Amino acid sequence: MNALQTLVNDAEVLPVQGGLEPDDDIPLYAPRRKIYPQSVHGRFRTIKWAVLVVTLGIYYLLPFVRWDRGPNAPSQAVLIDFPNRRFYFFFIEIWPQEIYYLTGLLILAAIVLFLMNAVAGRIWCGYLCPQTVWTDLFFAIERFVEGDRREHMQRDGRRWTAVTWARKGVKHFLWLMVAWWTGGAWVLYFADAPTLVKELATGEAPLIAYAWIGILTVTTYSLAGHMREQVCLYMCPWPRIQAALTDEYALNVTYRYDRGEPRCSVKKAEQLRAQNQPAGDCVDCLQCVHVCPTGVDIRGGANLGCIQCGLCIDACDTIMSKLGRATGLIAYDTDLNIKQRIEGKKAFYKLVRMRTTLYAAIIAVVGGIMIYTLATRDSEGISIIHDRNPMYVRLSDGALRNGYTIRIVNKRLKYRDFIVNVDGLPSTLVDFVGLPPRADGRQLVSVGPDQTKEVRVVVTDYSATPPPPSTSILFKLIDIDSNETAEMRDHFFGP
Amino acid sequence: MAEEHREIDALTGTATTGHEWDGLRELNTPLPRWWLWLFYLTIVWAIGYWIVYPAWPLLTNSTQGLLGYHTRTAIIEDLDALKRQRGPMMDKLTTASVADIIADPQLLDFARAQGRVAFADNCAPCHGAGGGGAKGYPNLNDDDWLWGGRLAEIEQTIRHGARGSDDKGRTGVMPAFGRDGILKPEQISTVADYVRSLSGLPVEAGADLAAGKKIFADNCALCHGADGKGNREMGSPNLTDKIWLYGSDKQTIMDGLRNGRGNVMPAWGSRLSDPTIKALTVYVHTLGGGEK
Repeated sequence: MNALQTLVNDAEVLPVQGGLEPDDDIPLYAPRRKIYPQSVHGRFRTIKWAVLVVTLGIYYLLPFVRWDRGPNAPSQAVLIDFPNRRFYFFFIEIWPQEIYYLTGLLILAAIVLFLMNAVAGRIWCGYLCPQTVWTDLFFAIERFVEGDRREHMQRDGRRWTAVTWARKGVKHFLWLMVAWWTGGAWVLYFADAPTLVKELATGEAPLIAYAWIGILTVTTYSLAGHMREQVCLYMCPWPRIQAALTDEYALNVTYRYDRGEPRCSVKKAEQLRAQNQPAGDCVDCLQCVHVCPTGVDIRGGANLGCIQCGLCIDACDTIMSKLGRATGLIAYDTDLNIKQRIEGKKAFYKLVRMRTTLYAAIIAVVGGIMIYTLATRDSEGISIIHDRNPMYVRLSDGALRNGYTIRIVNKRLKYRDFIVNVDGLPSTLVDFVGLPPRADGRQLVSVGPDQTKEVRVVVTDYSATPPPPSTSILFKLIDIDSNETAEMRDHFFGP
Repeated sequence: MAEEHREIDALTGTATTGHEWDGLRELNTPLPRWWLWLFYLTIVWAIGYWIVYPAWPLLTNSTQGLLGYHTRTAIIEDLDALKRQRGPMMDKLTTASVADIIADPQLLDFARAQGRVAFADNCAPCHGAGGGGAKGYPNLNDDDWLWGGRLAEIEQTIRHGARGSDDKGRTGVMPAFGRDGILKPEQISTVADYVRSLSGLPVEAGADLAAGKKIFADNCALCHGADGKGNREMGSPNLTDKIWLYGSDKQTIMDGLRNGRGNVMPAWGSRLSDPTIKALTVYVHTLGGGEK
């Protein structure tokens, strides 16, 4: 019985009739059973080790990867630069106003999660979720120090000696070291990693860096070391959402009860089969339960506590091989297929379904839009504020003038010179205030690498006929070297 | 506690408080223990706060707190930090001339930012928030200047003012030709028509422009010039352009002729610091109408 069922059963309390003593012993929470997962070898365990090494390797080492962007930008491949309001990801640089890329990424992340779920259930939970990966690492450390399941349980059950205490101490020390390194790697994404490491070591790093290392040390230590499966069972919303998104075709870690039941020992199975009576392949060895990191008995059917990591498959396959029986008593399969087999029909897996097609299509569309906008985004930008007071100015010769404050954005990592043209009025003069014209008479605005510049511009209309009270005009920002343009509309006001 | 109430609600199995209102009873649901401890913790925290921060009002003062924190000193520290941050640019602004400021883009940005604030604090009441002016108060955005639109001229006007008590201030007033009996009412009407004709404005039917020109040459040309283009030495406006400080209709012009004109601009040199005057000069010059 898993923890949730325990909870549900315990909570089923009948109404107490008036005059009866209240049942003060109703527990508010299900008591936690300590889980001692046994080590296991096999196909899915190997995949899990590989995923663990790759994901943690990326997490711990990525800040040290360099990426040359020239002298005007940091050379860290992945950097969230809060002081300068920039996010660097290899060849991509994101400005604060482009934060909608984050929205796109979040949409992609959600839909990819849905697609994974539609294909093979909660494989995210079983293989990729940080909670799973770090807990797996902490389990490995625990087994290394305190021994495998049986040894560990025996030691915990006996009276604790100095050695027991010493083992516990070493385990918690190692856990804290991993947690501390996890927090340490986190802050490296927010500053130049080699410099920050040096500063951290010499005590010169900013206080906030130490504070964040402390916070993440505590969260990693408590989440991966102590809370473990409780996070999946009680804290995480994904198991609940996932249950609403799944269907009968999605692969789940499934106990093939059509083959396993009735459970009986090897000897008894031989006797039964000799008498031509049904006997299942499951020998009730409980290996699948002992290796489970969340303490689930998968033979009870699909289950909220199951994170679909497949370790019970490895455990069962090991036993079946030893018994000389076919592996796959527990496998990634569907309840639908079990029914098919009982009815003597062929098992099948339907990958192309309405929901998988739809998810894949959404991923393609959102991903396509993001790649398109990223590839075609402007390297420059212009934004304009019209003077609020005065709205317009009459000059001594009767001409009308409007004043604007414009901000020019240069996203390239080099100095660039721009001119600004104004379209929409018959006869205009554009003047950058305080900017001396160059030899050819043009006024160029020079904007530094990866910077913005604010300039005041006055636009004078010399047309003989006075313009209407409001004329729509178009500001064109032109890079004089590359001829790239950016446009922005505003208005020219008159009396 | 033999009297303790033990009535149990049939539906929920929870004890009630024993109070009854029209048959309604209240469940006695105690607070969660963690909530209660947090509540006690906030009380302890508050007591600690009283000890380290200024808290309790006394008759003439208040308890000062062990940390010695004071909002006023915090503000002073913040302002000092701001001054230190602005220090290098402020030093440059203090030593540079207005011409130097215009030539240095970085210093120009700094001066314009300083000038914008100083303008809003000191000049906007008369000249408008953006220097747009009002009747009798010149628009500082246009290209028409009573006393000159070059940097040095603007600085001089801001520093010493016009028609005020400052010895170096701008002087020159429009006499009250009507009130002082220099011109007769019909002469005022005639010359007003002529003045309007100078900038191409329509005149009343039957106006005697030749007579007006004669009156203008005899009385007005001394200050406004024979061609009516004004004289910046005396702040006499150009009468041939499209900009009118008080208005271009005949009644307004005749009003000026009868009663004279002469608004006062304060001398800011004695009120504002030297860098502020320079920042204001540069700000006004770069509003759009500054002359080279």
